[in-house]
Amino acid sequence: MIAEEPLLFEIGSEDKTAVDFPPQPDAKDCLGTCRKNTKIGLPGLSEPETMRHYTRLSQMNIFEDSAFYPLGSCTMKYNPRVNEKLAALPGFSEIHPFQPQNTVQGALEAIYTLSNLLTEITGMKAVSFSPAAGAHGELCGMMTIRAALTHKGNPKEVVLIPESAHGTNPATAAMCGYRIETIPVNNHGLVDIQALQKRLSEGEKNVAAFMLTNPNTCGLFERNIITIANMLHEAGAFFYMDGANFNAIMGLVKPADFGVDAMHINLHKTFSTPHGGGGPGAGPVVFNAELAPFRPLPWIEKDGDSYRLLETNEESMHSFGRMKAFNGQFSILIRALAYILSMGLPGLRQAAEDAVLNANYLRVKLQDILHLPFPGTCMHEVLFDDSSLTETGINTLDIAKSLIDKGDHPMTIYFPLIVHGAILIEPTETESKRVLDEFVAAIKDIVAKAKSENNQDLKQTPLKAFRKRLDETTAARQPILVHTDDL
Amino acid sequence: MRYLPLTNADREEMLKDIGVSSISELFKDIPKVTTKPIEIPEPKNEVEVERKLTALAAKNMTTTKIPSFLGAGAYHHHIPALIDYMIERGEFLTSYTPYQPEVSQGTLQILFEFQTQVARLFGLEIANASLYDASTATFEAAAMAERVKKKKKILLSGGLHPQIVETVKSCMQFNGTVCSVLSPDAENFENIEPTGEEACVIVQYPTFFGHINDYSILAEKCHAKNVLFVVVVMEPLALGVLKSPGEMGADIAVGEGMGLASHLNFGGPGLGLFATKKNLMRNMPGRIVGKTKDLDGKTGFVLTMATREQHIRREKATSNICTNSGLLALAFSMHMAMLGEKGFTKLAESNHARASRLAEELSKIPGITLLNKTFFNEFTLKLDRSVSALVEKMAGHKLLGGVPVSRFYPDKDDLLLVARTEMNNTEESLFLREELKK
Repeated sequence: MIAEEPLLFEIGSEDKTAVDFPPQPDAKDCLGTCRKNTKIGLPGLSEPETMRHYTRLSQMNIFEDSAFYPLGSCTMKYNPRVNEKLAALPGFSEIHPFQPQNTVQGALEAIYTLSNLLTEITGMKAVSFSPAAGAHGELCGMMTIRAALTHKGNPKEVVLIPESAHGTNPATAAMCGYRIETIPVNNHGLVDIQALQKRLSEGEKNVAAFMLTNPNTCGLFERNIITIANMLHEAGAFFYMDGANFNAIMGLVKPADFGVDAMHINLHKTFSTPHGGGGPGAGPVVFNAELAPFRPLPWIEKDGDSYRLLETNEESMHSFGRMKAFNGQFSILIRALAYILSMGLPGLRQAAEDAVLNANYLRVKLQDILHLPFPGTCMHEVLFDDSSLTETGINTLDIAKSLIDKGDHPMTIYFPLIVHGAILIEPTETESKRVLDEFVAAIKDIVAKAKSENNQDLKQTPLKAFRKRLDETTAARQPILVHTDDL
Repeated sequence: MRYLPLTNADREEMLKDIGVSSISELFKDIPKVTTKPIEIPEPKNEVEVERKLTALAAKNMTTTKIPSFLGAGAYHHHIPALIDYMIERGEFLTSYTPYQPEVSQGTLQILFEFQTQVARLFGLEIANASLYDASTATFEAAAMAERVKKKKKILLSGGLHPQIVETVKSCMQFNGTVCSVLSPDAENFENIEPTGEEACVIVQYPTFFGHINDYSILAEKCHAKNVLFVVVVMEPLALGVLKSPGEMGADIAVGEGMGLASHLNFGGPGLGLFATKKNLMRNMPGRIVGKTKDLDGKTGFVLTMATREQHIRREKATSNICTNSGLLALAFSMHMAMLGEKGFTKLAESNHARASRLAEELSKIPGITLLNKTFFNEFTLKLDRSVSALVEKMAGHKLLGGVPVSRFYPDKDDLLLVARTEMNNTEESLFLREELKK
C-alpha cells in the first residue's frame, strides 16, 4: 500500500519552517533600491512533515536497490555504499573550489590518481575531468577535435554519425558548428563500412570526425573498428568513441589500441556511481597525444610531491577554454575512484565478462519467443523487437508496462530508432542468475498472455503501480509545468 | 569480488546454456591487438579502500574545521541533516531519469515541485527540471536566445563570474557567435548598452564583485531593441531579500543551486537552475516535468515536451543534455520546503546582516577600502598589498579569509572577495579582522 501524497503547495504554509535561527545582529541595510517588497510563494513544512512528505514520495519509485532495472544503454548496476561513505568524508565534501591549492592537495591527488587510472584503462594519454555527464563529455571531445583541426588550419565541415547513434551525438556535433551526415547501418546491425568509405573519399576531405558508440546501441561490437579507424585517419578525420557502453569491455581491451582518438566515459554507468533519479553523473574524456593539448581547463599537473591545478591558459598552452565553472564533478570522481580501487583489473575484467554473460544468457533464453533483429552473440545488452507479436496487437510498450506488474523496471524501449519496436535489455553484471531466471519467466508469461484470447488486459497494465498509464499526449499539448494556487 | 553475484558454477552452467565452451567465444568480435597490459593497483577490500581514501581526505583543510569566508560563486550554507539522509535513500539515489512515469511518481512530483519553486524564486512563469550548473545553464540561455532571436551576438557584463564568461565564450566559439565581453567591473560602472545586434545581454545579480543593481531600465532597453535579457544568480538566497529577476524584466534567469542543496564538494556537482517566460517554453533546454492524469483520472506527472530533446530531434534539439542534476534538484527543493517563505527570508536577512556588520568592521582597517555601496552576503575589498600572498598567509594560520580576485584576473592582486554566511559566527569574524589588521 502506498499512500497518496499531496503537493508541497497543498500541505505547506508560509509560516512554517523546519530550521531554527539564532538571533540576528543589527546591521546597516546595504541592499540599495532592490529590496524586495513582494512574497515569493514558498510554502514551508516542519521537520517531521518534511520527513513524511519525501519518504512517502520515495515509496512511489521503483529503484535499482529493490528491483531488476535492465534499462538498455544506461548500465544500472549496483551502487556500492562505501563509495557514498567515502565521498561524504568532510575532507572531500567540505572543501571549497577556490581554497588555496596547498590546502586541497588530497583532492587534487585524488583527481590525478583517477585520471591516471582512466588513461591506463583506456590506453590514452590525457584526461579532461570537467564534463558533467556523457553528453557534456561528447561536447568536450568534439570541441577539442574542432580546436585541434582549427589549429592545423581547417576545422572542416561535417561530422559523420551512424543512424543507430544515441541522439546526444548529432545534437552535440551540431553545437560545435558541424553539419551532420548519417552513415547507414547494415543488416547485421553494424556500421556500413562501404558507405563510410564512399563518403570519406567523396570530394574535398571535409569530414572532421566520426562518432561511434562501441559496443553500439544494438549491443554489438563494431568488429571492423580498426578498419574504420584507419579509413578515418587516412581521410584526415578524427575517431570519437562514445564510451556509454564501455562496461562491456573495460579491462579487457584498450580503446586506444583500436585507433580511437578521444572517448568519454560515463562514470555513472561503467564505474558504478549512482544515477540519482537523472543525475548528477560525470563524463570525463580521455584523449590521445595529438588532441591532449587542446582539451579544456582545468588540468592537474604533478610537480615533485605536490599537485597544481591549472585554471587559466598560459602561454604555450592550446586549451580551447573551459566547459564549466569550478573543478568538475568532484564527489562523483571520488566514488569512481573508490570503485576502481575496489575492483582492480581482475574485478573490472570479471565485471565486463559477467555483464556480457548475463546479456547472452537472456538472449538465448528469450530468443525463441521474442524476435532478435540481429541474431548471434551480443555484448552487454541484447536487442529484441516486438515483431513476433504483431498479430496479437500487443507491442513493446505493453510488454514494458506489464513488466512493472511483475516487479521489474522496464527495459529501454523504442531505442535504437533503426529497429521498429525495439526492446533493449541490459542486465549488468550485478544481477544474479536467479534474478535473470525470474525475468525470463516474467517475459514468457507476458508473451504467452499476449498470444492468448484475452490479451487486451495487457493494454491496461500496469495495474499494481502507484499510477495507471498516464496521458502524455495531453501533457505535451497543454503543458502544466508549475503549480498555481488559483482553482 | 564482493559486487559480483555469479559463482563459477553459475558461469559454467550459463555458458553451457548459451552453447559456447568459454567466455572468450562471446568476445570473438573484438579484434586481437597485442599491446602493453593494463597496469592498475590490485583489488582492495573495503577496509583497504577506506584507508586509502581517508588518508587522501585527511590531506585537505576542511571548512568544517577552519573558518571560511570563501564565496566567488560557491557559498557555504548549512545543509540540514534530513537532506543528507534523504538523498542517500536508494529510492532517489539509485533510480534514473523517470522514463517510466507509473513507477517514478516520487521523482516526478518532486521535480514538478522544484520547477514551481524555481519559477517563483526567479519571478518567472516556468522552469525546467535542472541543468548541470550555473555556468553551463548560462551557456544554454545564450544558445536559447540565439534560437529565439535568430541573431549571433551575445553581450556579457563585466560583473559576470569569470569562469561563466570563460564557459560561455569557449562553448560558443565554434557556432559563429560573437561574444562581446565587457571588462571586469569591480567598481560597478555597469555601462551596458545593447545595440540591437545582440540575441541577449547577460548580467549577474548580485555581480561577481557583490554589487546589487536594479536592471529594470536595462531590461527595457533590451526589449526595445529586440534583445533578450538574461540574469544569472550565483547566490539564490539573495532572492529572499531582493527583487526577483522577473520583477526587473528578465526573460531568462539562471542560477547556481549547489550551495543550498549540498556540501560544496570542491565545487561539483553543481545544480543549474533555469527559468523563463511561458512564451519561450518550446525553446527551453533540458528535461521538463508536466502534470497530467492517468487512466483512472488520478493526477500524475510525466516528462514532457520531449520533441525539443536530443532523443527525438537529434541535431535539431534545443540542447544535447540528457543526464542532469536530479538528485541535487531534490535536495534544493527539500531545503526550500524546510525553510519555507519565513525561513528563507530570515536566512537571507541573517546572511545580509552578518556580511554588513563584517564589511563595516573591515572597512575601518587602515589600508582597506570597501568597493561596494551595495551587496548581499559578499563584497570586494581593495587592499594596499598583495592579496594572494595575504590569503596564503592566512591559510597558514588556519583561516580561509576570502578569494583573491587575482585567481581569475592576475592583474588585480589588490582585490579580495569576502563572503559571510550563517556559518560564520562573531568569533570567526573577529579572527578575520585581526588577520587583516596584521
